[in-house]
Amino acid sequence: MTRTSSNSPPRPAPGTRPVVPTLRRSPTLTWPRLRRIVEKIGGAVVVLFGAATAAFAAQAALPGDRATVILNIRAGQAIERTPAELAQINEQYGLQNPLVVQYLDYIGGLLVGDLGTSYQQFKPVSEVILQQIGPTVALTLTAVALSWLIMIAWVTLTAGRTGRLAGAGAVVDTTAAGLPHYWLGIILLLVFSLGLGWFPVISGPSAIGIVLPALTLAIPLAGFMGQATRTEFERSLEQPFVISARMRGMGDTGVRLRHVLRHSVLPAITLSGWALGATISGAVVVETVFSRPGIGKVLVGAVNSQDLPVVTGIVILIAALYVVANLLVDLAYTLVDPRLKSA
Amino acid sequence: MSTIERQTPPTAAVQTPRARRRAAPPAGLVVASGALLLFATALVAPGLLATHDPYALNLADALHAPSPEYWFGTDEAGRDLYSRVVYGTRESLVIGLGATAVSLTLALVLGALAALGGRFVAGTVNRVIEVLLAFPTLLFALLLVAITGPSALSQVFAVGVGSAPGYARIIRGQILSAKNSGYVEAAVALGHSDGRILRQHIVPNAVRPLVAIIALSVGQSIVWASSLSFLGLGVAPPSPEWGALLDAGRVYITQAWWLTVIPGLVIVALALAATTLGKHIQNTLEKGEK
Repeated sequence: MTRTSSNSPPRPAPGTRPVVPTLRRSPTLTWPRLRRIVEKIGGAVVVLFGAATAAFAAQAALPGDRATVILNIRAGQAIERTPAELAQINEQYGLQNPLVVQYLDYIGGLLVGDLGTSYQQFKPVSEVILQQIGPTVALTLTAVALSWLIMIAWVTLTAGRTGRLAGAGAVVDTTAAGLPHYWLGIILLLVFSLGLGWFPVISGPSAIGIVLPALTLAIPLAGFMGQATRTEFERSLEQPFVISARMRGMGDTGVRLRHVLRHSVLPAITLSGWALGATISGAVVVETVFSRPGIGKVLVGAVNSQDLPVVTGIVILIAALYVVANLLVDLAYTLVDPRLKSA
Repeated sequence: MSTIERQTPPTAAVQTPRARRRAAPPAGLVVASGALLLFATALVAPGLLATHDPYALNLADALHAPSPEYWFGTDEAGRDLYSRVVYGTRESLVIGLGATAVSLTLALVLGALAALGGRFVAGTVNRVIEVLLAFPTLLFALLLVAITGPSALSQVFAVGVGSAPGYARIIRGQILSAKNSGYVEAAVALGHSDGRILRQHIVPNAVRPLVAIIALSVGQSIVWASSLSFLGLGVAPPSPEWGALLDAGRVYITQAWWLTVIPGLVIVALALAATTLGKHIQNTLEKGEK
């Protein structure tokens, strides 16, 4: 990310501490810092605007005459349409206007939360999404929380150990990170629902039904974050403060939980914006595996029937979430990390 | 590794083979290479590995559990799953390799423009990459499938384009680091032309790491592509493509676990083998640079 970009100031040689005036500095808003924040927000706005443009382009890119395509998508069959039918559709979706006007209409609509109208369900897309987003949000948040729990427990247990445990730790991280959601979901379903009967096979909206889908999303994510955290954890274990804590008579588990962990979760926090996006898109697959309601299911259905306003609406929403989450992580860094002050 | 060979004097050739042998490669690499060899065989000559006709129906043996006769069991029409997996290798790999080709070509163009283009071009391309990165890979692929309609070709295209922005950013970084390196600075000071510097220094140094990226990307592409088939948005079920096998097997999950578990395991095995090889190449290249 920006911390490693080439225009950062020259770093002091490794091993020497940067000569910083020993004044205590609270995170005040200095000018460079403020400029940096404004720049970042500006960048995010540009990206969102670009994403909206891409979404419009996707809708305009449907091959063929759009009014005919929309009617065919509705009817599920390809036939010739009368001009009267086409005129009505053109009127409804504003397709008789030049593309520029349509584009401005679309962007203007997005600004007030209007994502367009579904080709198939005759409803505003925002309404379709609002009806279905609850279970997906619950699933995503549960999954992210679970993945942190799993990752912290596993890394604290295995990082920096010697012998078999250390090897197993890293191997499990890599393997877990590479597991495809659909397969992991099926295995969990087979073992815990069909084999042991602990969870329902079709996870409805019940609280217990969320466990397996959330685990399916959480395990690969924990693997990803674990890889980043493990490296940092092992580095922190060799820091002087660890030795001093041990000399004070602190036990190994205590040192790991109280001191080392705090220093090593930073890379995982950096990943959390990305993790949110990855988890929501993973939810698309997981909702299908576990027959769960949610926007993932709606999205798959809409892709299948080429109901593009619904597809772009959902994709835009998730992209926006992703951009905002990354922006927040970046801003948090700018405020917290004193090294970035002058950058 | 090659340094050892170079240092070995010519007389070493007459010594015992054992003396010339390098350190044994890691076990993971051996297993991965063996697995890839097996997949390559299934790709080129599936007939050598298959034990049954992958399309022959045999209703008497429908939903048969794995046994010495049917290694991976049979599906609802009595077709041998093992032979279907073997024959499905071609389609799965072609889709995965095709997607990798699409994504790396696109990434190479975008990455090169972003790193070497003028102020305006580089700035614009960088913004485009940033915008595309805002869409998670699977969602971007789904968006593309929605436009083109589900088919094997749109799967290649969707996965390829969907994963391109991430690789474009990596390639841009590699070209930039070559461009800003000491040897390019030295070449500029020596008065070499831009074309010569590009040919002799930047291209070789930026392209070599691509080998590792290709291996990593093939594994990833196959996973994404099979996710699309699994969602019913790629190759349709009668085909033995691995994602399609999973999709078809899902219906029988309560009766026949092997129909979903085994094709999934094969995909994971291929992805892991490709990743292991890719990481190994990456490490070797990094060591070679020092």
